[in-house]
Amino acid sequence: MAISKSLNVNGKQVSIQIDDPEMPLLYALRDNLALKGPRFGCGLEQCGACTVHIDGKPVRSCVKKLSDIKAGQRVVTLEGLGTPQNLHRVQRAFIEEQAAQCGYCITGMIMEAAALLERNPAPTDTQIKQALQYNLCKCGTHARIVRAVKRAARYA
Amino acid sequence: MNIHTSRRQILKGTGSLVVSFSLAGPIGEALAQGAAAPKPVALTEVDSFLAIDAKGFVTVYSGKVDLGTGVRTALMQIVADELDVPMNNVNLIEGDTATTPAQGTTWGSLTIQAGGVQLRNAAAAARIALLEEASKRLSVKPAVLKVTNGVVSAGGKRVSYGEMIGGKTFSLKVDHAKPPQSKDPKDFKLVGKSVPRVDIPGKMTGTFTYIHDFRVPGMLHARVMRPPAIGAKLQSVDETSIKNIPGAKVVKEGDFLAVVAESEWNAIRGARLLKTSWSKSETLPVQAKLWEHIRGTKIAKDEEYGKVGNSAEALAKGAKKLSATYDFAIHTHGSIGPSCAVAEFKDGKLTSWSASQATHNLCTQLAKMLGLTPENVRCVYLEGAGCYGRNGHEDAAADAALLAKATGKPVRVQWSRADEHGWDPKGPPTLIDLRASIDEAGNVTAWEHESWIPQQTPNGFLVPLVAASLTGLPADEHIAPGNIFQNSAIGYKFPNTKSVCHRLETTPFRPSWIRTPGRMQNTYANECFLDELAAATNSDPIEFRLKYLDPADKRGIEVLQRLIALAKWEKRASPRKNVSGNIVKGRGMSYVKYELVRTYIGTVCDVEVNRTTGEIRVPKFYLVHDCGQIINPDGLKNQLEGNVIQTLSRTLIEEVKFDRAQVTSLDWETYPILTFPQVPDIVMDLIDRPSEKPWGAGEPAAAVIPSAISNAVFDAIGVRVRSVPFTPEKVKAAMKGAA
Repeated sequence: MAISKSLNVNGKQVSIQIDDPEMPLLYALRDNLALKGPRFGCGLEQCGACTVHIDGKPVRSCVKKLSDIKAGQRVVTLEGLGTPQNLHRVQRAFIEEQAAQCGYCITGMIMEAAALLERNPAPTDTQIKQALQYNLCKCGTHARIVRAVKRAARYA
Repeated sequence: MNIHTSRRQILKGTGSLVVSFSLAGPIGEALAQGAAAPKPVALTEVDSFLAIDAKGFVTVYSGKVDLGTGVRTALMQIVADELDVPMNNVNLIEGDTATTPAQGTTWGSLTIQAGGVQLRNAAAAARIALLEEASKRLSVKPAVLKVTNGVVSAGGKRVSYGEMIGGKTFSLKVDHAKPPQSKDPKDFKLVGKSVPRVDIPGKMTGTFTYIHDFRVPGMLHARVMRPPAIGAKLQSVDETSIKNIPGAKVVKEGDFLAVVAESEWNAIRGARLLKTSWSKSETLPVQAKLWEHIRGTKIAKDEEYGKVGNSAEALAKGAKKLSATYDFAIHTHGSIGPSCAVAEFKDGKLTSWSASQATHNLCTQLAKMLGLTPENVRCVYLEGAGCYGRNGHEDAAADAALLAKATGKPVRVQWSRADEHGWDPKGPPTLIDLRASIDEAGNVTAWEHESWIPQQTPNGFLVPLVAASLTGLPADEHIAPGNIFQNSAIGYKFPNTKSVCHRLETTPFRPSWIRTPGRMQNTYANECFLDELAAATNSDPIEFRLKYLDPADKRGIEVLQRLIALAKWEKRASPRKNVSGNIVKGRGMSYVKYELVRTYIGTVCDVEVNRTTGEIRVPKFYLVHDCGQIINPDGLKNQLEGNVIQTLSRTLIEEVKFDRAQVTSLDWETYPILTFPQVPDIVMDLIDRPSEKPWGAGEPAAAVIPSAISNAVFDAIGVRVRSVPFTPEKVKAAMKGAA
C-alpha cells in the first residue's frame, strides 16, 4: 500500500508515493524525482557518489532512510547546489580545472567540498584530502579535485 | 539547454581555457529505438564516419567510445580541425551498431591512434571533395581556396559546406591503407590545444545522462541474484518469501535468477529477501597457495617472443647468474558505478543500451545467446562510470536482454556493489620467472623471461556472458584475457634473449583485460629485474638502460635524457648508502616502449619506507612521455595522472580475496583502493611531435608504475619487493628475509 512522503528538495516542497518508509533517500531522488546528480555507487556508505546535503551537512543518501528525514529538513542535490546557468563556485572551479575523468564520483566530491568550504573557507591541501578521504575515485582524478577545491576557496 | 553560453561567460574570467564548445548534441536522437536512418557503416565509406547538414553542422559517427577518458573531445577536435569548422558545430555519435562503423573495441589506448586516424582520413577525403566542388562552383583553382568556419572562399567569392553538401551524402570511398592527404600540422588550429571537454559541464551539474540515468517508458527494474558460489546450482526458490513486496516477481532460468519490479527499491528489497537454496560448490584454489596452483596448471601452449641468440647456452656460461620470481595479484575493475544496462524487445528486435566498450562484439554475443540474427540486435553505447577494460557492462547487458525477453517489457538491470566486485571478469594472476647472466666485465650476456598466464583461445576476444553461462543458453566458451603476452619481450639489446609465455588452460576466475593488461605485469617484472642487474653491476639504473637501448631509437633515448633533467636525477647505483632512521627515502625509475613499437614513457618515483611498519608512501612521480602528435595536452595530462594514481593503488593495495567458493572481497572495505591522503604529486614533461603519428596515451603510463615503486623501495631499504600488491606485511617479510 503506497504511502505519501513529503520532502523539501532543492528548495521545493514535494510529495512522493512510496511502498516502504525505510527506502533510502537516494531512490526517492533518482527514481521518484528523476534527479541525476546523486549516484548509486555502493549502497553501503563507502564511496560517496550518492552524497547530498541535508540542512547543509553532507549525507550519504544511499543509506539515509526516508523515515529518518524530519519534516522541514532541507535536502539539496548537485542540481540544487547550482545550475548550468548559475553555477555554484565549487562547480565552476571543477569545470575550470577540468577535474573529472568519468565524472561518476564527482557529485560526491563537489557536495563534500562545498560543505567543507562552508566550515573552513581556506582549507590547506591536507585538510582537503582529509575531508575527501571517504570519497572514492577509481579513475585517479584526485590531484585535479584538490586543485579545484583550492580554486573554489579563492572564489569566496 | 544552453550550457555553452554560460560556459563561455565563465571562461572569460579565467583565461585558462582556450576554445568554446557545445555539449555533445541532442542525445535523444541516437537513443530512440528505430530512429536511426539507414546509413552506411562500412569502414571504406566517408558517409560512415560523417554527415554535414544544410547549416554546416557536422555529425561524426565513431565506433570507438569515450569510456570516461575525455577522448570524445579529442575525436571532435581532430574532425573539426581537418574540416576547418568550429568545435561547437560538431556532434559525435558513439558506439551505436546501427549507425557507427565497427572500428573495434575501445581498448589498448587505440582510440586516437586507430579510431581517430580513421576519422581524420574520412574528414580529409571529405575536405578534398568539398574543395573540388567549391573550385567548380566558384570557378577558381583549388589551391587558392581558403576554409574558415566551414565556408570556402577565394577573393570575394564564397560557398559554405552546408550549401554544397547539406543533407546529401558524399558517396565517397576512403582507403585507410592509402589515406588522403590530411592537413599540414603547421595549420592545426584545434589539434594540439587544450580544448575543454564537452562533457564536463553536464557532469558537474547533474545534467549529463549516464547509462545509470537512462529510462524507457514502461520499464521494469531488476536486480540479479548470483549464486553464492561459482558453479553452485539453484535448488529451490521460495517465491512466497517476497509476496508482500508490491509488484516484485521472480525470473528464473537455469541458475540465472533475478527479481523484477516496477520500482527499483522493490526490486532491491525482493532480491534481498527472496529465500533460495543452492548446492555447494568449491572450484577455486586455496588463496594462500595461489602461486603453486598457477605454476602447476596445465599448459595449453607455449609462445616464444623476442628470441635472440641462444639464451640457455649463454646462461650456462655466465660468470654471474641471477634469477628472481615476480607475481602480480588478481584485480577487479572496480568502476565506481556498478554495471547497468537497459534492454527492450519490440517486434522481435532487441535494442540494448549499455556502457559496453565493444558494442559490435556485444551485438554478436547477445544475438548468439538469444538465437537472434545480429541484424535484429542493436547495441547503443551510453557512458557508464570509468571503464578500464572488459568489466561487467556486457554481462549486465545480457542480464537485461534476457529479462526483457522473459518479461515482455523493457528492463533496466543495475548491479549491486557485490555483484560488481564478485562477478566482473578479473585481471588474471600473473607469475613471472626471470633469469640473466653477466660476464666478468659486467656485461649482460643472457636474459630469459618465463611467464604463466591464461591462454587466449582462438576466434576472438569474446568474454563469456554470465547470463549465458548460468542459463545454459548458447555461450562463447572463450578464455579471453587479451593480448597479455605484450611487452614480455624486451627492447634492450642483450646478445641472447628469450621470453616464453606458458599459456595456461585455465585460471581461477573468468579472466579479461584490465587497464594495461599483461603490459603492466610484464613491464613490472622486466624493469624490476633489469634494476636487479644494474645493482649487481653497481651501475646507475638510467645509465644501465641507455647502455643497452638501440642507439638508433633516438626518441627513447631522448625520453631518458629528459627524465634525468626533469627529476634532477643523481647518477649513482642503488641502494642508497648510509641509510639511517625509521623512515627511509629512496628513488627508483622505469622505462618502456609500449608493445615495443609505440608510445615511450619513462618515470622516476620517490618513496618513503617505514622500516617498522613496512608501509610504503609514494610522495612524487616524474614522467616523460612521447606519444607523437598530441591532440589535447590537458586531456593527455588528465589521463597520465589517472593512470599513475590508479596504478599506484593497484600496486600498493589492491587484491581480490577469495575462499574455495567465491570472491570474498565484495565491497570497498575488503577491496580497498587509494584514497586522497595517499595521492602523490606528479610532474610531467610531455614531448609533442606534431608531425608524427598520434600514438596511444593513457595505459602506457600505467605500465611503468609498479616497477618504479619496487625499484625505489630497493633503493631505500636494499630489499626487493616482488609481489604485487606491496603490502606492509610483504615489505616486513622481505626485510626479515634479507636480514
